[in-house]
Amino acid sequence: MEFIINYYNYIIVVIIMMLGLWGMLALSNLVKKLISMAIFQTGIILFYISMGAKKGASIPIIKQAYDEHHHPIHQTINNMDYANPLTQILMLTAIVVGVATLGLGLALTQRVYSEHKSLHEDEILESLS
Amino acid sequence: MIEQAPALIVVIPLISALFITIIGLYQPRVSWALTIVTFALSSIFAFICLKHVVTVGPISYMFGNWPAPFGIEYAIDHLNALIVLMISIVAFLVAIFSKHDIAKELGDKIPHFYSLFTLLVTGLLGITLTGDAFNLYVLLEISALTSYALLALSGGRAYIATFNYLIMGTIGACFYLLGVGYLLINTGSLNMADIAVIISNNTYSYTVLAAFLFIMIGMWTKMALFPLHSWLPNAYTYAPTSTSCLLAPLMTKVSVYVMLRMMTSVFNYDYIFNVLQWQSVIVTLAVIAILAGSVLALKQDNLKKMLTYLIVAEIGYMVGGAWLGNANGFTGASYHIIADGFMTLCLFLAIGCIIYKVGDASLSSMKGIFTKMPMTMLGFLIGAFSMIGIPPTCGFFSKWYLISGAYEAASWHFLIALLISSLVNAVLFFRIIEVGYFQALPSEEPNHHHPKIKRDEAPISMLIPLLTTAGLLIGIGLYTADIVTYLIQPFIKNFL
Amino acid sequence: MQTMTSILPAAIVLVSFIGSVFIFFTKKNQNLREAWTFITAAINLVLLFKMAKWILAGNTYSFHIAEVLPGLPLFFNVDGFGMLFAFVAGSLWVVTSLYSIGYMRPLKEHAQTRYFACFALAISATMGVAFSGNVLTMYLFYEILSLSTYPLVTHHQDAEARGGGRKYLTFLLTTSIGFALPAMIITYLNTGTLTFSNAGIFTQATDPTLLIVLLLLFIFGFAKSGMMPFHVWLPGAMVAPTPVSALLHAVAVVKVGVFCVLRVLTGVFGIDLLSSTPLSTIVCVIASITVIVSSLIALTQDNLKRRLAFSTVGQLSYIVLGAGIATSFGVVGSMTHIAMHAFGKITLFFCAGAIFVATGKKYISQMVGIGKQMPFTMIAFLIGSMSVIGLPLTGGIISKWYMVLGAMDSGRLWILIIYLISSLLNAAYFFPIVYNAFFCKEEDSQYPNKIKEAPLAALLPPVITAIGTVILFIYPELFLDFAKIAVGVSK
Repeated sequence: MEFIINYYNYIIVVIIMMLGLWGMLALSNLVKKLISMAIFQTGIILFYISMGAKKGASIPIIKQAYDEHHHPIHQTINNMDYANPLTQILMLTAIVVGVATLGLGLALTQRVYSEHKSLHEDEILESLS
Repeated sequence: MIEQAPALIVVIPLISALFITIIGLYQPRVSWALTIVTFALSSIFAFICLKHVVTVGPISYMFGNWPAPFGIEYAIDHLNALIVLMISIVAFLVAIFSKHDIAKELGDKIPHFYSLFTLLVTGLLGITLTGDAFNLYVLLEISALTSYALLALSGGRAYIATFNYLIMGTIGACFYLLGVGYLLINTGSLNMADIAVIISNNTYSYTVLAAFLFIMIGMWTKMALFPLHSWLPNAYTYAPTSTSCLLAPLMTKVSVYVMLRMMTSVFNYDYIFNVLQWQSVIVTLAVIAILAGSVLALKQDNLKKMLTYLIVAEIGYMVGGAWLGNANGFTGASYHIIADGFMTLCLFLAIGCIIYKVGDASLSSMKGIFTKMPMTMLGFLIGAFSMIGIPPTCGFFSKWYLISGAYEAASWHFLIALLISSLVNAVLFFRIIEVGYFQALPSEEPNHHHPKIKRDEAPISMLIPLLTTAGLLIGIGLYTADIVTYLIQPFIKNFL
Repeated sequence: MQTMTSILPAAIVLVSFIGSVFIFFTKKNQNLREAWTFITAAINLVLLFKMAKWILAGNTYSFHIAEVLPGLPLFFNVDGFGMLFAFVAGSLWVVTSLYSIGYMRPLKEHAQTRYFACFALAISATMGVAFSGNVLTMYLFYEILSLSTYPLVTHHQDAEARGGGRKYLTFLLTTSIGFALPAMIITYLNTGTLTFSNAGIFTQATDPTLLIVLLLLFIFGFAKSGMMPFHVWLPGAMVAPTPVSALLHAVAVVKVGVFCVLRVLTGVFGIDLLSSTPLSTIVCVIASITVIVSSLIALTQDNLKRRLAFSTVGQLSYIVLGAGIATSFGVVGSMTHIAMHAFGKITLFFCAGAIFVATGKKYISQMVGIGKQMPFTMIAFLIGSMSVIGLPLTGGIISKWYMVLGAMDSGRLWILIIYLISSLLNAAYFFPIVYNAFFCKEEDSQYPNKIKEAPLAALLPPVITAIGTVILFIYPELFLDFAKIAVGVSK
């Protein structure tokens, strides 16, 4: 029980990813496959984000404080106050990649449909043989 | 200029991809010339880097001068200097080759083809050079996305084949990304060298295990290791000829390289072979891949498809060699990346010439091919001999090292699989040679009467790359000692 | 003993290779094309004679080609044995080229350019094998030879040729890749070298089981030597035109096989190791079985070329048997037998071809009384068969004599009996042919009593080689000295 509470974010991520992976491999409708792919990728994005997140932390922008004479005050920076920005930046790139893949996948699906007049794998395989 | 060479290898094609698109809209023919110039330059810079690595030592290039663990680092050591050179030369040769083929197959899409081509190779070059685990993922996706587009260009059956590849490729890349995520949790770093130092200091936790497992599965999917190979044959078979000529030698080999890189530069020998001890399982997997690839290749009538199954078998060579866990096996796997890259290129170029002239690549279309296209068949023969492992072609020497490794590791099943695969290759290629050599004439006719077959050779721009590659196969074979001594052994020394 | 670095061995290999390129590009002019063959063959012989003196003084030539694997170069090292073999191949090439012209032109064979080009290439590879200084170099040229002779074997390009060619390559490639290649690698990993030396590269300390496995892998790996059960390709390859059968299947290809086996036995294992371990007996048993069985099969063959093929299988095993005895005399005998058998057997093949050119007959049952039409051919045939059987007045007896001496030295009497039986069997399958050709009853004769020989170019070669066989009886030193130097026996 303690394990679940401590790691609930990862458990949710794993569930999401498994759903996505299952959909990509098991579903026969091409569009559903692509949707599952998006879910899978979202799972990974959540995984990264949650590993960098901290409770009560905010964005890692340090606001410079000044005293009444407009001199900068020396601040001690507490790691716990800021979320890890690296994972978010990485995921920004991953989102771009994901969108590109999804777009390309949908374009392909459209072509497949106009070629085979179907979006179901079984029917496409039938039309090929 | 020289100290910027590592970046230039990648940046030149990246920028030129843009120009190819723009100029190509107005002058489609220029894009071909521009691509050739691009990869000639890349090859030159890759050669400069290789020379520097051999004479001075590994290069570490910091992008934007940000120091290593924070910025992106291009780390060039002996192995990837060699592979980068191979990639740029292959791209250069395929670019020359593609002129007539693309004009025939994709007449209205010439600039599209070349800009995707250039981007794809940019990605592959980047994957090979980078020392940053996440940068590698991005480049992996760049090359994957462009390859989907390139494969689908020919239309028809290629669409659904590419779609399947897209699904499998994305799964592979996502697993890799997941693995990198675990490494990030464990070490807080993305720089490979940095990660290696950190994880060798702490005890190997489940997080490291998960990271290793995910990265390996991701790469095995990408390189089409049996039984994760199902996407490859169809995708490569139905693609435009020039596309398969480019992808077949490079894509899978680069994935193998990533596997080697991860095994050597991120994880370490002690962890992989003493802590995990998966080697017997994975070598067995490689054996199955070799045998299955060979048997499936035997069943094919379409030569292009047959070659794609051979790629599956060859992947087994490299994975098995790397996992034997000794110097000879590892040398064999690294050397085979180069050897197999050029071997596959040679065969695909030859088949490309035949498809260009004859129209299809079924076994029956090979009738009388020796009389019709003698130069093409010369290239094909040398490629085939290399696949079989006839000295002095480079295929023989990679087999030499792999068999040595198998013997030292006492992996008898791997040793026997290698020999069987050589023999199956012999059967495969001599079947083609027989059709070409004997079925030129009906056998009931007396010997003296041979129907005249007119000589109809492929254009010179296709023959030059083919014969150059064939020459390279022999050249690499004769310089095996130098390649192994100066490039592969210094690399392995750090690992073992 | 001195070793001189010299380009001569490489030059000999290269000359034939360049010759084949020239031949390939002179398609138009037949006479010029054949001229290339003779020019190349002549240059080869001149170069060989140039080398002979130095070798006969007990020295060697060496030439480094390339270091292909770290510490394992491709290089030539010419000693007496290599020289002996190169002389056999080089001198018989001239005769065979002459014969090829006499055979191919009257029959108007197609693709003669390819034929002569591949022929020169095959000789180049044979020379390469002869001069090899280590197993790797030998393996390289061995494989090139297999591939370059494939177009020759399948020259007719019909269904039968395809079947024969398929068998040919299947057996040769399967064994060389499946057996010889791993044997070579395992030897290298265990000893760290592949360079031939008379002392052998294994030591007494090597695991005996490993030695036996390697020995078997090597003997069967070089399947060109036709050891049963890997001899099947040899009769199959008889679909080739007769000059090809003559040079390649009586001389170059099969002899390359036994040459490789002998080299491995003497240079890798070493005579001392063979005789002090059960290895010697193993070789002898394998070879003896092949000798007897192949002779029995030869008795049943009606196709003349097939009978000759099985006779070749038997004689090859003789040579291996001689080396397997593992005494100096035995090895000298078996090395010399390469030369003696080559001259005898090539005569027989030439005769078979001459008969085919003149009459179109292939079967022994159709050759009753042929001596009346083609007396010169059949007399040459008689001399050739005498040499193969090992009767006086021909060179064959010299080498057999040494092998018998070797067998007595080793104290194994059963080998003597094998030699005796097989000689009788040889006589049994050759003499009836000659007897029926000359001394059949008048009414059985299928040929007119009028001399009508094959064209001169096809008749001359068997006569030349038959005379050569007799000369070798009188001056066996021509080849014997090389063998003695190679083994280290005083002359």
